[in-house]
Amino acid sequence: MDGIDTLRDTYLNRIKDAGDEAAVEELRLAALGKKGEISLKMRELGKMTPEERQTTGAALNRLKDELDAALRARKASLADAALEQRLAAEWLDVTLPGRPRRFGTIHPVSQVMDELTAIFADMGFSVAEGPQVESDWYNFDALNIPPEHPARQEHDTFFMHRAEGDDRPPHVLRTHTSPVQIRAMTQQGAPIRVIAPGRVYRMDMDQTHTPMFHQVEGLAIDKNISMANLKWVLEEFCRAFFEVPSVELRFRASHFPFTEPSAEVDIRCSWANGQLKIGEGDDWMEILGSGMVHPKVLKAAGVDPDQWQGFAFGMGIDRLAMLKYGIPDLRAFFESDLRWLRHYGFASLDMPDLASGLSR
Amino acid sequence: MKFTLSWLKTHLDTAASLDDIAYALTDLGLEVEGITDPAAKLKNFTLAKVLHAEQHPDADRLRVCRVQTDEGEKQIVCGAPNAREGITVVLCKPGDYVPGIDTTLGVGKIRGIESHGMMASERELELSDEHNGIIELPSGEVGERFVDWLAANRPGAVDPMIHIKITPNRPDALGVRGIARDLAARGLGTLKPLVVEPVIGNFPNPITVRTETEGCPLFAGRVIRGVKNGPSPAWLQQRLMAIGLRPISVLVDITNFFTFDLNRPLHVFDAGKVKGDLVVRSAQDGETLQALDGKTYTLRPGMVVIADDTGVESLGGIMGGEVSGCDEATTDVYLEAAYFDPITTATTGRALKINSDARYRFERGIDPAFTLEGMELATRMILDLCGGEASEVQVAGAVPDTARAYRLDTDRVVSLVGMEIAAEEQRATLEALGFRLEGDMAHVPSWRPDVLGEADLVEEIARVASLTKLQGKPLPRTAAGVPLPILTPLQQREKMARRTLASIGYNECVTYSFINAGDAALFGGGADAVRVENPISSEMTHLRPDLLPGLLRAAARNQARGFADMALFEVGPAFTGGEPGEQVLQATGLLIGASAVRDTFGSRRPVDLFDAKADAEAILAALGAPAKVQISRKAAGWWHPGRSGVIGLGPNALATFGEVHPRILHALDVKGPAVAFTINIAKIPYPKVKTPTRPALVLSDLQAVDRDFAFVVDAQVEALTLVNAAAGADKALIESVRVFDQFATDAQKAEGKKSLALTVRLQPTDKTLTDKDIEAASAKIIEKVAKATGATLRA
Repeated sequence: MDGIDTLRDTYLNRIKDAGDEAAVEELRLAALGKKGEISLKMRELGKMTPEERQTTGAALNRLKDELDAALRARKASLADAALEQRLAAEWLDVTLPGRPRRFGTIHPVSQVMDELTAIFADMGFSVAEGPQVESDWYNFDALNIPPEHPARQEHDTFFMHRAEGDDRPPHVLRTHTSPVQIRAMTQQGAPIRVIAPGRVYRMDMDQTHTPMFHQVEGLAIDKNISMANLKWVLEEFCRAFFEVPSVELRFRASHFPFTEPSAEVDIRCSWANGQLKIGEGDDWMEILGSGMVHPKVLKAAGVDPDQWQGFAFGMGIDRLAMLKYGIPDLRAFFESDLRWLRHYGFASLDMPDLASGLSR
Repeated sequence: MKFTLSWLKTHLDTAASLDDIAYALTDLGLEVEGITDPAAKLKNFTLAKVLHAEQHPDADRLRVCRVQTDEGEKQIVCGAPNAREGITVVLCKPGDYVPGIDTTLGVGKIRGIESHGMMASERELELSDEHNGIIELPSGEVGERFVDWLAANRPGAVDPMIHIKITPNRPDALGVRGIARDLAARGLGTLKPLVVEPVIGNFPNPITVRTETEGCPLFAGRVIRGVKNGPSPAWLQQRLMAIGLRPISVLVDITNFFTFDLNRPLHVFDAGKVKGDLVVRSAQDGETLQALDGKTYTLRPGMVVIADDTGVESLGGIMGGEVSGCDEATTDVYLEAAYFDPITTATTGRALKINSDARYRFERGIDPAFTLEGMELATRMILDLCGGEASEVQVAGAVPDTARAYRLDTDRVVSLVGMEIAAEEQRATLEALGFRLEGDMAHVPSWRPDVLGEADLVEEIARVASLTKLQGKPLPRTAAGVPLPILTPLQQREKMARRTLASIGYNECVTYSFINAGDAALFGGGADAVRVENPISSEMTHLRPDLLPGLLRAAARNQARGFADMALFEVGPAFTGGEPGEQVLQATGLLIGASAVRDTFGSRRPVDLFDAKADAEAILAALGAPAKVQISRKAAGWWHPGRSGVIGLGPNALATFGEVHPRILHALDVKGPAVAFTINIAKIPYPKVKTPTRPALVLSDLQAVDRDFAFVVDAQVEALTLVNAAAGADKALIESVRVFDQFATDAQKAEGKKSLALTVRLQPTDKTLTDKDIEAASAKIIEKVAKATGATLRA
């Protein structure tokens, strides 16, 4: 039995001192391999008495298990140490910048159009479109602005060139999105609820005007839609768009040839330290024009004004963007300055929807 | 339109405050643009009395005064020659802002003597230009507010001036009386009666007039002889000056006064300068008129003129002529009151570019029925202010019939406005505005040319009832439940294109729809059909034929600002012609510079056409374009001929990608190279059946096998030809073919060859592939590729 204890001590010491996995394997073979010392001792059991065989056999088996466990443990700890060493050598400067990636942006005009669409879709409005080169009939006559009407002069219209011999009145670059009212009603008839966002053009260029800008038109026609419904829709729109708990609108009588009665709409706001706050304060800011669609306009679009009535409104998309997002200069919208695009632009996945709120 | 509060009160009997009036005006649709209240800047000043004045010991021109004020006796040093004992003066105290010298006073020391305030001159208070001395008031108590004294003694000096915006439909509000009528209808006072007592002519009208044009349906005139023209009385001058008009002479001032007071433009001719009789006719081509603005106008047929034997004397409804104008020497005056057709007036005014108060009114439409009454009122004022005697009135033509009536449906009013307005109130409103009600029919007053239907009655009732009071009412959903999606497929695509482009790193731009002629021509545009007739600048003359020029210009601007690398895009219309609807929706992306910033990984490399191609393909995939497309080299002339391609489906060009032609970059000042792509969003076919259901996923349990092939081909053979040939070798077995390497050794280059390596994935469906199967498939692939391209396997 002394031999077994010696064997254990010898091997356990050698296992403890093994410097690498190869040394451990060598020891395993020397002790437990087919020709290893313990295997050889096992073979000697046959020569023993049954009593001796029983005790020595059990002791050898225990020794075998013990050495096996020690060998495995040593192997694992050597592997751990090797890994530690490798990891220590694999140090990188994590303060270096990551791999470059480009970040794209959505223009505020597109973003606001998507916001408008989300809000009005919920109220049952679809999105109508029309051409940007318009006939003067759609842009003016059908909207109850006859050729000599002073309102026509106030539109600062861009006219398209007319070839010699073509006696039609020149086409215009649409001065507002209102002609889409006519096109939508002509195509879909009544009842109808649409908004029509898009580019419009006026001959005006200064600090606060650009010859191209964006408007959104709204139109709702049904059997008994009233101006009070118009006010509610606009209140709901403003509350949702400006993302404030409540808004207050003020209707002021005004005149647009295509609506009757007509109202300019002001929103309650405050301007403190150059910061606009919607829904509070003592100031009023004009934000849009609106009214009940003029019977002549309905008639021009083939809708019977004795049966149908409803409202229309129009507002500036660029201006809405400026007000909501604090963008100071309209002209910069169309200059494509990368610094501006990145600063005022929106992430591609900032998709406005009512469930998550329109803006982050 | 400008007027003063006291002027308004000549027509409106009211106790309403200025604030209430301003609020009501805006609410009624007569939007107040501004109020100038001269009292505001004078409100701090009080009256004081000089008790004693003596020479300043150290200054010849200064006096030291003891002044009695509401705060006791004060010492004030004053330089005015009239500062003397006993006068009542206007006192500005330390802390007060004095408008005429733009200074806030403090306690000063003038040549060693303290001065507690100042005594003001008229100029220092901006009351007039008078500055010869300080104001000496003939009355007033110490401590009285100066504005109160002015209100009692010189009301014109503290008369608030109100500036309102008049919408084009309200010519009646271009006279103070019309504004007063609106306010009275709102309940802010009562409209004072306007009494017209005709002046009986003392003698026959020596100048006869006849009208020969429809542009002037009514023309009335009379001579007033023996008048004395000169400066107007102070009240009239003040009225006109308060609204920014310069007093000229009493005759001219009277016509201006009537223009603004009663919206009744008049004209006065010097009767002594009229040769023969007058005729109102259409101008002859080339006739000229030297008008009162000093300019000479060349006239055209259709323009309405008033002419005498020597020629045109006046442009009807727009401006008088200099020759027959009245001046100080005028003793006999011919007074004209006429009604000119709005459209004729507008056309003439626009053609000649004359803006006058008369044109402004006639083209909007004034009250034709008031023509003769206006003449009588003006005659009376001329007689009152200039003396003389009036002839009989001669009238040519007749008052145009404006009589019309519309049915007032009080229920429909409530239904349209959405506000409870009692029927009686509706009727009362219309009557207050001058409508005459007969049963349900409302007869429109002659001064309201804008009221042309029932809807206009609704507007009148609504605005007088006050839209400010309107309460919102929910608009019910058209259908109960979750709203349906509303975007059309094309609108969804436009949005998807935009969002995908941003997600792969492009910055969205919105550039102008019009570009300059040169840029347009470079991109196949610039035809006359897309030319703007009246461009605002030479840079914006033609509708863009493509989005690329706008983006390239944007890139050049950014390069000038020091940005070399950029990815820009725009989604918007390009114009194929000048007719409505000749526009197509494009999504265009532009890459310039390097793919990335400089970094430690060496990521940075110049962008190339394969970046553009990959991005174009990503957008096409996002928009649902089929994976299998053709690529041709038939790109337009603004692309690099060797480095551009068109992604097509049969005859449909879905997209173009490539390098922008260097000549284009040079012309547009862009430092290149630049790569770009343009997607024709509407050309991408829609799925034939729209269903959210996906086709079933077919997966094989059998092992797929990848095999690589290295071919040598002529350098100009296109990779896609090899890929298609390989894929066609066994359509059932071959799942995919992909190019994974391309190179040319020097030897290959010398022979005009290149190596292309393909990897082919074989996916069996019924049994595992044996080596033999694979060999057979490989042989077929090699054969097909060789046949299609002349390729050989690389040794």
